Amino acid sequence: MTKHFFGDTAVLLGRSLRHIMRSLDTIITTTIMPIAFMLLFVFVFGGAINSGSDSYVNYLLPGILIITIASGISYTAFRLFLDMKSGIFERFQSMPISRSSVLWAHVLTSLVAILVSLVVVVAVALLMGFRSGAGVLAWLAVAGILILFTLALTWIAVIPGLSAKSADGAIAFSYPLIFLPFISSAFVPTETMPVPVRVFAEYQPVTSIVNAIRDLFTQQPVDTDIWIALAWCVGILIVACTFAMVTYRRRIS
Amino acid sequence: MTANQTHRPAIHVRGLEKSYKKLEVLRGVDFDVARGSIFALLGSNGAGKATVVKILSTLLKADAGTASVNGFGVATHAADVRDSISLTGQFAAVDEILSGRENLVLIAHLRHLKDPGTIADDLLERFALTDAAARKVSTYSGGMRRRLDIAMSLIGNPQIIFLDEPTTGLDPQARIEVWQAVKEFAEHGTTVLLTTQDLDEAEQLADRVAILHQGRIIVNGTLTELKQLLPPAKVEYVEKQPTLEDVFFAIVGDDGKDGDARATAAASVRSSKEQR
Repeated sequence: MTKHFFGDTAVLLGRSLRHIMRSLDTIITTTIMPIAFMLLFVFVFGGAINSGSDSYVNYLLPGILIITIASGISYTAFRLFLDMKSGIFERFQSMPISRSSVLWAHVLTSLVAILVSLVVVVAVALLMGFRSGAGVLAWLAVAGILILFTLALTWIAVIPGLSAKSADGAIAFSYPLIFLPFISSAFVPTETMPVPVRVFAEYQPVTSIVNAIRDLFTQQPVDTDIWIALAWCVGILIVACTFAMVTYRRRIS
Repeated sequence: MTANQTHRPAIHVRGLEKSYKKLEVLRGVDFDVARGSIFALLGSNGAGKATVVKILSTLLKADAGTASVNGFGVATHAADVRDSISLTGQFAAVDEILSGRENLVLIAHLRHLKDPGTIADDLLERFALTDAAARKVSTYSGGMRRRLDIAMSLIGNPQIIFLDEPTTGLDPQARIEVWQAVKEFAEHGTTVLLTTQDLDEAEQLADRVAILHQGRIIVNGTLTELKQLLPPAKVEYVEKQPTLEDVFFAIVGDDGKDGDARATAAASVRSSKEQR
């Protein structure tokens, strides 16, 4: 069975990507909110925010990329939920295919769709004046962190996708994730926050991820932040993947 | 296929039990389905028909009892079972966003067959879907969707097909189209396990009928045997109103399995509604 894993995953990935190509609105809605936040913060609030950076859009972009990922994974859960509900998931599971391919195809689709959204958001940021002198290696490091974070959140999204009773339930989990960057160093430096909020902000994953990406963009030496960021991503990935697999086993037995 | 397999029944179920938390759905189900026959599992809503099908198609694990499909235990040789079967679900599990042809090609790819395009085209022709091949399935009528669903189940020539309430929610003509399709592939030696709530459907299709009631098989036999159990027929004179089916065929004609003719009829009904 597993000898067909790659072939079956590729076929099912092709199917999901075709879905996305035929409803590009999912990519558009994924990117609209982060872009709106970026416009709002750069052109409305930005002038009044002292970020300690010359260009606020440069300061802001890493946090906006995190919001893009968080809003993208709600569609991951939604697509999986639709497959569960329509019965096509059961049809695939009753066929002589590599069964885990069904799940992996959804995970890879999520990754591709979110990477496209990230490219769109970065392109808009460039139009708004975002500039970075980062070299190829730094850009690759940024891409690596974003891919890892996307995979971690995607596996979180698999859990409601498999177990939700309604479409609303399947996507509601992503809302708190979208707002997590607001209580971090993504929009303003944490120094001005009251102590309890500041403690939360400094010890939640978004701050270290945002700081690491920001350092890479501004060609600062990356300090311990990047290791904390990677530890968070890998940690979330392992925990979410484990719970997703438990949920999955429960659904197919 | 080994000689051993050919002599054993296609489906063999003994003492099957399944509960969802405290709700006992199956309480010791026994039946056999002979190779090449159509077996109808008849029962009301919630009798546990779908649960039996899910266990036999390896989607659900039984709490107790044994079941084998094509000679393979569903619990021990799930992969071999999946290699022998095809499942057509209660809610036609077709991909709404893909076209009819893409759906067929997808399944042919997943069954690792050569030349998925030709397989798809042949089935589209056989199920009178060629004209609608390139259209998104979401634009299909209920009957066309179910025909596509059944066509998808036939890819790879599975030896055993599970048809879980294949005509639920279909209009009379679409129902007859599905029946014709089932009869046709059953003639080629495919074993069919059919679940239905409809005695008429069982009568039309099945060689053997079992009635599932409150988690057990209460009757299992051929139609003739079953009819002997019923009270003798009485002759009564009742004024017969035309049924919806009669009205339908009077207007549409009963010759076609042409999906487009029905689509046109449906469209004209729709547009006359809109005009109102």
